[in-house]
Formats: sequence, C-alpha cells, structure tokens
Amino acid sequence: MRCVVGVDLGSTTTKAVILDETGRILGRGITNSRSNYDQAVGVARTEAFVAARFELLRREFEEAAVESELGKLLRAFRTEQTLHQLRRLGEIIVAEAAVHRLEEAREGLVGAVREIFQKIGEEEEEHFAMEDPPKRSAFFRDLAGSAYTRLAEEVSRRDGISFEQLLGLYDKTIIKVENEPLELSFMDHIGGALERVGRPPGIARAVERAVQAEMVEVSGVGTGYGRARLPFPKEQIRSEILCHGLGAHAMFPGTRTVLDIGGQDTKAIQVDDHGIVTGFQMNDRCAAGCGRYLGYIADEMNIGLHELGPLAETSKRAVKINSTCTVFAGAELRERLSLGEKREDILRGLHRAIILRAMSLLARSGGVSDEFTFTGGVANNPAAVRALRDLVGENYGEKKLNISPDSIYTGALGAALFAYRGAGL
Amino acid sequence: MATANKDRSMELQKQMIADHYKRLEAAPETGEPVVYTFVPGNLTELIRSFDALPLLPEINALQSGMRGKSGEFVVAAEKMGHSEDVCTYVKCDIGMAKSGNVGPTGTRLPKPDLLLLSYTGCYTFMKWFELLREEYKCPTVFLHVPYQGDGSLAPEHREYFVKQLKESVIPALEKVTGRKYDEERLRASLRLSAKSEDDLVAVLHSAKKKPSPIDAYFGAVYYVGPIFSAFRGTAEGSEYYRSLRAEVEERAAAGLGPVTPEGPLDDQKYRLVVEGPPNWTHFREFWKMFSDEKAVVVASTYTKVGGTYDFGFRHDPDDPLGTLADYCGGCYTNLNIPSRIDMLVKYIQEYEADGFLINSVKSCNSFSAGQLLMLREVEQRTGCPGAFIESDLVDPRYFSAANIRNRLESYLQMIDARRAERVR
Repeated sequence: MRCVVGVDLGSTTTKAVILDETGRILGRGITNSRSNYDQAVGVARTEAFVAARFELLRREFEEAAVESELGKLLRAFRTEQTLHQLRRLGEIIVAEAAVHRLEEAREGLVGAVREIFQKIGEEEEEHFAMEDPPKRSAFFRDLAGSAYTRLAEEVSRRDGISFEQLLGLYDKTIIKVENEPLELSFMDHIGGALERVGRPPGIARAVERAVQAEMVEVSGVGTGYGRARLPFPKEQIRSEILCHGLGAHAMFPGTRTVLDIGGQDTKAIQVDDHGIVTGFQMNDRCAAGCGRYLGYIADEMNIGLHELGPLAETSKRAVKINSTCTVFAGAELRERLSLGEKREDILRGLHRAIILRAMSLLARSGGVSDEFTFTGGVANNPAAVRALRDLVGENYGEKKLNISPDSIYTGALGAALFAYRGAGL
Repeated sequence: MATANKDRSMELQKQMIADHYKRLEAAPETGEPVVYTFVPGNLTELIRSFDALPLLPEINALQSGMRGKSGEFVVAAEKMGHSEDVCTYVKCDIGMAKSGNVGPTGTRLPKPDLLLLSYTGCYTFMKWFELLREEYKCPTVFLHVPYQGDGSLAPEHREYFVKQLKESVIPALEKVTGRKYDEERLRASLRLSAKSEDDLVAVLHSAKKKPSPIDAYFGAVYYVGPIFSAFRGTAEGSEYYRSLRAEVEERAAAGLGPVTPEGPLDDQKYRLVVEGPPNWTHFREFWKMFSDEKAVVVASTYTKVGGTYDFGFRHDPDDPLGTLADYCGGCYTNLNIPSRIDMLVKYIQEYEADGFLINSVKSCNSFSAGQLLMLREVEQRTGCPGAFIESDLVDPRYFSAANIRNRLESYLQMIDARRAERVR
C-alpha cells in the first residue's frame, strides 16, 4: 500500500499523520519534542506507523467482539513497548547509580532504583490490564517521571535514602534515553503482545497479514517550528500556517476562520472554501498569551496543566487579570491569592486574558467568520474554549465553533494532505 | 558586466560619503559651517548655497546600525534616562554624541553651527533637536511644514512656508555663515536636483519590468542615499545618478535582476511592495530572507521619505522657494493615511505585485500609527492579502530572526497556494 506522511515538529510536541492511497487517515503519532529533533520525529513517525498497522488490523474486522480483542492486543502492545523502555531506563539509571560520586551511597541507590523499576513495571502491567485504563499523558517521560518520583519518595522515606540523589539520577538519564534510538515499532513488539493475549488464531492470522502488508511511503511534508531540521527537501516543507488552514478545512470543510494556540505562538488564519489560506496574523516579538503561559501558571500553582481548565470551570466569577506577560501574570496571581481571591476565579480570569490577546490577532487577521475552528493544544482546555466562545459571541455574534478531539494533529494532517496532493495519488 | 557596473555606482557613493565625513571632521579647522538637519524635508540645496555642510543625524544612526555600533549607543542613551519606548534613532544619535561623537565612518563629527529643523510630520524630530540644542547651545531654526491633512498643499500653505524661509530660515543661515542669500546659486543647484530626480525615477520605474533589474527596498535604500542626504543638487550627486541610471538600464536591457549580497537575483518568483523602514541592524540578514525565497521588492514607501519623485514632483529652478514648499510638503512622513494607502494601492497595481508587506517599527510612531488600518484597506482595495512583521530601526534587541523568517516564508507559501488554486 502506498501512503504519505505529514510531520509537525512543534515546540512542545511532535506529531505525525499517515494517509492511505485514498487520502484517509491511517495513523497518528505524537511524542514530546526534545533537543534531538530527528529523534522526536522518529518517535512520532514510528508511533504513527504503529497506529497505521493497527488500523489495517481493524479494517479486517467489523464485528464488535473482535474490536474488543483488538483493544486487548493494543493494550498488550503498549505494555510491551512501555516495559521495553522502562528496562532500558532502569539499566541506565542503575549504571549511573553504581558510579555515583558518593561511594558510600552507591549500594543503597542501586537497590532503591531496582526496586522502583520493579514496581513501575508491575504498575504498568496493571494499568494496561484494565479494560478502560484511566486517561493520562501519552508520553513515556511523563508517566515514568511521575511514577518514579512518587516511588522514590516512598523508598527514601522508608529506607532513609536521599530523595534528591534519586531524583538527580533520573533527571540525568531521562534525556539520554529520550535521545537514543529505541525499538518501539510494530514489528518490535507485536510478537510479544500476541503472546500476551494468548495468540487467538483469528487475530494471529490478521496480525500476520498486517506484518506482511507493505507500506510504501511515497511522499512526506514537514511543518512546524523545527521544520528546517526535518528530513525533507525544501520543497516538501510548508509553513504551519498553511498546514493548519488545510488541516482545519479537512476536519471541518465549512471552516473559514482558524485560531491555533500552540506552545509558543498564536495564529489567526482565514481560509477559503478549499482550505487555502487567504490571510493570517501571528503574535510577534513576544509570546505572551500562548500555551506556555498556561504551563507556567500550572507550575506556579503546583497543579497539572490538564487540571487548569476544569478548575477554572468551577468558578462563578472571573477575576480581572490585566497582564498577559507570562511572568507578570505569575506575580499578579500570587498577589490575588494573597488578597484572598479563589484559585478558580483567578484561573478563569487568566484564561480570559489569553483569549483576549487571541481576539486582537483575530481582529487583525480580518475577524471571525462562520465556521470558526479552534486548534492547538489549548483547544483541549475547557475554560479557554468557554472564554473564546463568550468573546467571539460578544464581538462577532453567534458563530459555529468547531473543536476536534484530534485538534492537536491539525498541522500534521495539513502537511500530510499537502504531501498527498503533491504525490498525485 | 552587471556586477562591475553596480560596483561603479556603489564605489562612487562610498567615496562621496567618505569624502563628506572627512570634510565634516575637518570643518572646525577649515571653518566650513555645519548645519544639522533631517532627511524628510531637507533643504540641502539651500544649505549648500551658503557653502554650509549638512549633517543628518538619522543617517548617522542608521549607518551605525548597519555597522553594528548602534546597540551600545542605544544602551548608553538608556543609561542617561531615555526610556525603552523612545525612537531608537534618537537614542543611537544621543548615545553616539556621548561616546566621543565618532561617526559611522570612524571620523569625529563636528558640533553644529545651526540646527535646522524642517518639521515634516515627525514630532520626535522636534524633541530630538531640543535635546541637541541643550547639548550644543547653538542657534536653532524651526521650519513648520503644514501637514497634508487633506491630501494636498493649499496655496496659503505654500505662502506660509515661503514666508518662514524668508523671515527665519534664510536670515538664520546668513547669520551663521556670514554669506548673503544667493538665489542664482540656489537655482543652479535646483536644476541639478531635477536632473538627478529624473534619473532616480527612471531607476525606480525600471522595477515595472520583469524581471525587475532593481530591488526597490533593500537596493533602493542605497539608491536614494545621496539624494536624501547631502548630495542633492551637487555635481557629484548628479554624476552618481547619471551613472546609476546607466547601469540599471543596462541590466534591464540584458534582462537581468538586481545584484543582492548573495549574488544576482535574476530568477524572481515573487514581486512585493513594502511599507515601512527596514531594520538596519540585521539589514543583510533581512534582505537574505527575501533573496533566499527569490522575492524581489518592486516598490516601497520608505524610499519616499525624502521625497515622492515618482509621482511627478521635480524641484523647479524657476520657483526656487515655492518648490521647496512643494518638496517638503510631499515627503512621505508628511502625508496623511489615505494618501499613503493610495500610494500602496498604486504600487501594487502598477508594478503588478504579488503581495505587500508591512514592516512595523516598534519605536517609530510616525510610521507605525495606522498601519493595521492601512493593511486592511489596501487588502480590500486590491484583493491582495498583506503580511505584517515587526522589528525595529537600530535596536538589535528587537529583531527576532526566527519569527520574521517564519512569517515571511508563510506569507510567500500562501501566495504560492493561491496561485496553484487559481490554476486548478
């Protein structure tokens, strides 16, 4: 089967989308961006190809029963993949602990790390054994990091081993592991996964076919901030403005205005009825009011980024926040807290403040037309969506607002569509 | 061949500037009076008819920017209390004066014998000369050029202007130089100006050709250098423009594009119109972003700050003082927003541009105020989407290369996508 790939190398995450010969989405993959861009792209692509092979499997079966078998297989695959990464990370940390500069600490650290990784492994097996595992970050660095920190705290409290030393080991090694090539592909782990689910004959035969299915990547287009570093020739690199416009059009063909709020920039884009960009504006000179602003605020409040929006949504009244400068907003936040304002009310005000900045870019780009599509990581935040809905209503009247659960892939999808058009499939 | 020709006018210009700065440095010994004045609404012919030497502070500032010196001067001025929001030309100039007053070519700059403030719409210029007056305690003369609020100068505006020349500017120059006003000398100089203006306009109009033999922004800031500064109406100025025109016509006849710092740009993929001054601290890098994408600028408004000759104005030796009124009134900074919009629309249409771009300068309110509105209006009238980028004149801290490149690339790719759409 011939296919095309679109890659969006963003400041926070790297995404890949694969389309089949008919232009249908075959697979999506995402990973956290990191200092080694090639590695980030490699992981996102591998993930997209994993998803694509699973999609091929799914296309072989229609019945719901098999669907649940496939779900089990996928979770088994994830278990294999995660355990593989954990083993590698554990090995490196143990090696690091064995040569710790404080000789007297070495033995204790090695033992503690072994125990921690033993437990994380068990927890991961339990997590994927669940029918419907709870939602969590899809990135290895996040899941390993939070489990390691939690378990390190327990072990250090119990055995009197330095928590700082344990954390130091992790910080030192996670970057190493993230930047070395790992075997994460379908071929690497599907065998183990199949064993795990007990090789049901129907599934095993389908897996055999999926393994043998030839996937020929005929073209690729890259976009995003790191696009100059992508392994594509210059003519196969598109600006993220164009990709977001086309991607949003593919998701919602009625789209005329697109707002994308990503990690370090905000884009207001106008598109025609073919998804071709007719005008755009971006934040300039200063990244105030972008996704990172929310990340910083979450850090300041010591809560997870994904908790911000739901917490703000519990507010009955917004506190007016004047500053969209990220650092000043942090100061304003602390002052408001010290004055006794509620956290949720301040958060609601902060969400409104960033959307106000986006509104001025929208105005600059030519306003908001029906339909209006909101993309980027911030589109997953319910408080940001509410503020946007309110402000668009106040300024432009009732407009249809589209948000896709897959909005984070908008840029990569647009890139893949450019590749598809270019390949003439 | 083209490269050699380009070198000829470039070399000429370099020599002219070097000689001029040398003469300025020697002025305290030779006794040549020095008049500080600004580019928009400069009265070079009148100043030189008194055998005085013009010195243009904003040219010093932009030259310092291009030579990588402006950053330290700006910081020096900020140390003295000038805020971050103040025009960076001003801070660069003040910082330079306070750091030994060594000009961009490495020669010491003389103190002014007279500050001649020809006010053409930039309020900051007024404040700038107030600071210099404090510094140098020298005579200052203020020439108020009426703003073209209705899009043109009325007869009473001209009378008011000429009256000021007769009653304050000319007497001030007579007093400082010890010479009588010599109208015949002024006429002779204006005659040379008109000739150079013809040549310059021919050069600017050449960009209508495809491929354009010039870059009307990055290249043209060099082309307007002599006529906007100390050399309009001089013999060497005339020679420069004669020579420049010849080489551009030769390039045009051969079907060649301009020579950029990265080499010839004959294969031109995008024709752009640009509004706003360039960034000087990263001038070459900024230009390269365009030339890398095969984008050529076919018309720009910045190259009209010292006179809008391409719309027909020429200095008229038969009306020596009245013509100065027309000249000053027509400078780009003195035009109202509707006139500026008209100009951009005409450029886009007459030069068959694929797009237009606004470089909005952080610290220049005179240019930047109203630019978003202009963008919208020009888009509506031409159906051509505009791009908007932000940088600064000579403060290197406000040039974010990655963002500007991203913006420009996105814009040019949008033009491509729209072209492909039309074909489909």
